[in-house]
Amino acid sequence: MKEKLEQIRALAKDLIDKSSDLKEIEDIRVKFLGKKGELTAVLRGMGALSAQERPVVGAFANQVRSDIETALELKKKDLSEAEIRSKLKAEKIDVTMPGKIKKLGKKHPLSLVLDEIKEIFIGMGFQIASGPEVEYDKYNFELLNMPKDHPARDTQDTFYITENVLLRTQTSPVQVHVMESTELPIKIIAPGRVYRSDEVDATHSPLFHQIEGLVIDKNIRMSDLKGTLDLFAKRLYGNDTVTRFRPHHFSFTEPSAEMDICCFSCGGRGCRLCKGEGWIEILGAGMVHPKVLRNCGIDPDIYSGFAFGMGLERIVMRRYNINDMRLLFENDQRFLNQF
Amino acid sequence: MNLSVNWLNDFVDIKTDPKDFADKMTMSGSKVETFDNYKNHISNVVVGKIKKIEKHPDAQKLVICMVDVGCDNEKQIVTGATNVFEGAVVPVCLDGAVLPNGTVIKKGKLRGVVSEGMLCSLGELGLTTHNFPDAIEDGIFIINFPVEIGQDITTALQLDDDVFEFEITPNRPDCLSVIGLAREVSATYGLTFKRHTPKFTTDKNDNISNYLSVEIKNPKLCPRYTARVAKNIKIAPSPLWLRDRLHACGVRPINNIVDITNYVMLEYGQPMHAFDYACLDGKSIVVRNADDNEIFMTLDNQKRKLDSSMLVIADAHKSVGIAGVMGGANSEITDDTKTIVFESANFNGANVRHTSKKLGMRTDASSKFEKGLDPCLTMAALDRACELVELLNAGEIADGVIDVNMDNRTRRTIKLEPKWVNEFLGTDISTQFMVDSLKSLEFEVDADLNVTVPSFRDDVEEKADLAEEIVRLYGYDKIPSTLVNMETTQGMLTREQTLMKTITETLIAQGASEICTYSFISPKIYDKLHYPADDIRRDSVVISNPLGEDTSIMRTTSVASMMSTLALNYNNRNESVCMFEPATVYIKNDGIDVLPDEKTEFCIGCYGKEYDFFTLKGIVQQTLEIAGVYGCKYIPQTQNPTFHPGRTADIVKDDSVIGIVGEIHPLVCKEFGFGEKTYIAVLDFNVIFANSVTEKTYKPLPKFPAITRDIAVVCKKDINSAQIEDIIVNRAGNILESVKLFDVYSGSQISDDCISLAYAMVFRAQDRTLSDQEVDSKINKIINALAEIGASIRS
Repeated sequence: MKEKLEQIRALAKDLIDKSSDLKEIEDIRVKFLGKKGELTAVLRGMGALSAQERPVVGAFANQVRSDIETALELKKKDLSEAEIRSKLKAEKIDVTMPGKIKKLGKKHPLSLVLDEIKEIFIGMGFQIASGPEVEYDKYNFELLNMPKDHPARDTQDTFYITENVLLRTQTSPVQVHVMESTELPIKIIAPGRVYRSDEVDATHSPLFHQIEGLVIDKNIRMSDLKGTLDLFAKRLYGNDTVTRFRPHHFSFTEPSAEMDICCFSCGGRGCRLCKGEGWIEILGAGMVHPKVLRNCGIDPDIYSGFAFGMGLERIVMRRYNINDMRLLFENDQRFLNQF
Repeated sequence: MNLSVNWLNDFVDIKTDPKDFADKMTMSGSKVETFDNYKNHISNVVVGKIKKIEKHPDAQKLVICMVDVGCDNEKQIVTGATNVFEGAVVPVCLDGAVLPNGTVIKKGKLRGVVSEGMLCSLGELGLTTHNFPDAIEDGIFIINFPVEIGQDITTALQLDDDVFEFEITPNRPDCLSVIGLAREVSATYGLTFKRHTPKFTTDKNDNISNYLSVEIKNPKLCPRYTARVAKNIKIAPSPLWLRDRLHACGVRPINNIVDITNYVMLEYGQPMHAFDYACLDGKSIVVRNADDNEIFMTLDNQKRKLDSSMLVIADAHKSVGIAGVMGGANSEITDDTKTIVFESANFNGANVRHTSKKLGMRTDASSKFEKGLDPCLTMAALDRACELVELLNAGEIADGVIDVNMDNRTRRTIKLEPKWVNEFLGTDISTQFMVDSLKSLEFEVDADLNVTVPSFRDDVEEKADLAEEIVRLYGYDKIPSTLVNMETTQGMLTREQTLMKTITETLIAQGASEICTYSFISPKIYDKLHYPADDIRRDSVVISNPLGEDTSIMRTTSVASMMSTLALNYNNRNESVCMFEPATVYIKNDGIDVLPDEKTEFCIGCYGKEYDFFTLKGIVQQTLEIAGVYGCKYIPQTQNPTFHPGRTADIVKDDSVIGIVGEIHPLVCKEFGFGEKTYIAVLDFNVIFANSVTEKTYKPLPKFPAITRDIAVVCKKDINSAQIEDIIVNRAGNILESVKLFDVYSGSQISDDCISLAYAMVFRAQDRTLSDQEVDSKINKIINALAEIGASIRS
C-alpha cells in the first residue's frame, strides 16, 4: 500500500513537472485528487487494512496528498506568472509617444501677475477694493487735491464724458471712495483699469491697469510705507531685490516718493533696460496728504496713512520680456499660449 | 528744464562728477533725467590758421591749404570750400577726429593729393547760425573772435559745459530757473548760495513817467505789473557766452534784446516781454480782459481769436500781447527798434493755463505762468534785464520803474513740531538738522520754531510739507524700514471676488483662454452686430475727446470686443480658438452727470472644428454648476439679431436671465470677416452671484439598488428635448434619480417630420429596493403623458 502511494506521488510529481499550462494542472489534480482520482481510490481501499496499519498508512496518504497539492500550487503559480509575463511582453507600448492632453485655457499675463500681487498684499492683511471707471472729476482730481486748472492735471491727459464726468486717469479715486465708506483702520489695494489719451504705441496705451494701495490708522509712519513696499518688492522680485526711495511729487501725498528697484539686468551699473540709470522706477507713493484726509472726513491730527500706486503693464512686460504693449490687448492665441 | 553748470557756477561754486551730481540731486528731490556735454560728441577738432592756399593740380574745384594747428608741422588739407582765405582762422579736424553726427575723419588722398584732415562748417560741428550769427551755413566756419591756434574747438567756442536735464514737478515752478536749481544745489551740498543783486545806472534826466503809465483793470488775473523803459537801443547779436548759455538750455539766440528776456526767464524763472515803444499808442499800458471775438495776431504771425475770459496787454487803443502767453506782431522788436518797454509781470496761473489751452498755444512763458509764479520775482528779474542791457551795451535805461503791485498775499507761517515730524516719518532727526535744512532752503525759522515760508514756495502750506522739505535733505535712504503696527486686518477675498476667481478658473480648466480688451469701441460695431437703429444697447457713454472714432464710446456689450478678438485670431490663421473675458460693460443711466452702471459680463467665444453649439453650452453648464447656480433653463431665443435664430438660447434661472448662448448669425460673422461658424455666450456676473448657492450639504450614499430603463421617444421635430424631459421628470416622481438624453436619431426608419430621442433613466428609492412593477407603472404614466403631445415610444 505504501509503495502504491509512493508510486502515485512520484508519478504525480513527474506529470506536474512536465505540465505546461493551467489546464493540464487541473487535469492532473482531477486525475489524482478528484473524486475518482487515483489517490482517492487508494484511500478508499484503506478499510482492508488492520487497525494498527490504518493510522500509519492514513497519515502517509495525507502526507502524499499534501505533497501533490503543494506541488500543484507551486506549479500553478509558476505558470500563471509566466502567463502574465508573456502577456505584459505582448502589451508593450512606446512610452516615448506623446501623452493625450486635455486642453486647458491660459490666464492672461496681466491677470497672472495681478494675482501674484494680490496674493502678496492679501498675505500682508490687505483687502481688495474697487471703484467706478467712469468717474466724477471731483473724485479723480478735486478731492485728491487737484482742483480744476491745477497744473498737475496736465501730466494726465484725460478723456472726458462731460465737464464733470471722465474716465478715471488713475486708481486713486478708489482711495476717496474707501475713505468715505469704510470704517478705520483701512488697509486695501485697488487694482483696475485707468484711461489716458495717449496714442497707442509700443509703450503706451490709452487704457492700462494700475494697482492702488492705501493704509490708514493712528500712528502710521513714512517708515511703514518704506517697510511695506520694500517687502512687497522682495516678494515680487526676489529676496535679493534692492529698493531705493527718492523724493517726488504727487498732489495727494506729502511727503511723496518714488520707489526704484536696482536694475535686475545690469545690477545697477546702467544698461539699456534701465536707460543707463541703474534703477528701474516701480511705483509712486507717499503719506496721504492731510488735505485729502480732511476732504474725506478724516482728521489728520489723529490719523495718518500712506498710499501707493503702480502700473501693471510695465511690471508684466518686464517680467516676461514683452517689448510691445499692444500684444497685451490684441489677444492672439499664440501669444496667450506662452504664459 | 536744462541746467548749464557754467551758468550754475554764477550762483554756487561747485565742481563735481556729473553722475554723482545727478544722483545727489535726484535723491534730494530734483530728478535728473539725463546729462550731457558737447565735448562728449566731438574729438580731435582744433583751431587752425590757414597759412597758404594753392590750387589743386588735378581738380579745378579743390584747393590745398597749409594750416597751422599749433604744432611744429603745418597740416596739408584739401578743401572744396570757396570761402577760405590765407589768414583765416578755422576749425580743423585732425586725423581720427569725430564729429557730433558720428562721422570719423581720416587722413586720405583727394585726387592724388594727401589731405591730413578736414576744415569744418558750422553744420559739421553740430551748430547753426543761431550760435554764430556772423558765420555762414554753406562754407567753412570762419572764426572771427580771438582764439588760440591749436586750441581744442570745444574750449575755443566755450562749449565745454555739463548740461543736466531736470524733471521739475508741477509744484516747483521756482525750480524752472537757474537760480531755483542753484538754491537746491546749495542746500543739497551744504554750499553757500551766492545771491546776486542787479546793478545798473539810469539816465537821471529822463524818467519813465515821460513814456508810460500802467493800469491793471483785472488785479485778480494780474496781481503785479512791473515795467522799465530802455532807450537808444542798438539791436545786435548777443555775445558768445550768452548765446552759449541759451543754446545749452535749448533756446535759440535771436538778438540782444530778445535774448536778454529769454536769459532772464531762464535765470530767474520769470517770463519777460519787450515791446517796441514806438508801436505803443497813447503812452499807456492797460491790462484788461480781451473783447469777445477779438482777432489778434501773435508774434508767430498767427491770427488768434480771443474772448473775454482771456487777459491781454493793451495800449490806449489796441491789444499788444496775450498776457503770459505771447506778445503781438504789432509791437515786436525789430532791427529798427530804438526804445523798448520791458514787461515783468505776474499773471494768474489758472487763467493763463485756460487761455493757452483754449488757443492751443503753449509757450515757454505760459508753461511757467500756469504753475503759479511768485509775484515778488518781477522786480528782481526786471532789474537783471536792465543790468544786462548795460552789460551788453545795448541801450540806456530811463530812470524810474513802474510797479503796480496788487498782490496782497502775506507770508505763510507754520509751526515746526520736531516731535511730530519724527513720529510722522518714523525717524530720529535732530531739531538742529531740521532748522538748518529749512534755513538752507531760505525758510526763516525763529527761536520758537515758527517757520516763515519764502514767497517762492507757495506749495508749502502745512506741517506735512515741512516734513517733506526736511526729509528730502535728510535722505529718504536714511528713513528706516518698519512694518505697520496697527490693529490686525484680515486679508481675504470677498464672496464676490471668490466667485469671480472660481468662474475664471473653471473656464480656464475647460480650455478657454482669458483675454483683455479695450473698454471703448467704435459705434460702428453696433451696426456690425446688426443692432436695430433704435436698439437701447446703442445708447452708450460717449467720450467727448476720443483719440479716434474707433475708441470713442464705452461698450454696452462684451460681444463687440469678443467678435473683434476672434476675428483677429481667425485672420492670424489660428485654427481653433476658445476665449473668455471678464468684461466690464457700461450701461448709461438717465440724467446729466449720472454715472453709468458698470457691470461685469463673462463673455465666452469660440470657433474651429472642436467647437459647436453644444460644446459651448456644455462649458456654460459646467461653469454655472461650479458657480453654484443650479436648475437653469435654456429657452430658444429667435429674436436676437446678432445670433442665429435657430441656434440660440436664453439662459434663465427662475425669473432672471443669466445670459445667452448661441451661434453668431452668419451675416454678422461676415461683417467681422469671418468665414467660420462662431459661438458666443454671455453671462451676467451679477445674476450669477445673486443665484449662487455655495453651501454644500452631504446626502447619504444610496443603500438600495437602482433600476435603469431606456426609452426612445419619437416625436415631431418642433417638440424640443426640454419638453420631453419635463414630462419624464414630472411623471416619474421622486423615485427618478436621473434622466439623460443619450441618442438622437432622424432618418429613414422614422417619418421625415419626426425625430427620435433616446433617454436613459435611473430609478431608485432611498428606503427600499424598487420592484419592476413600480418602475413599469411610472414608465406607463410617462408614455401616456408623451402620447398627449403626440409622442410615441419607438419599439
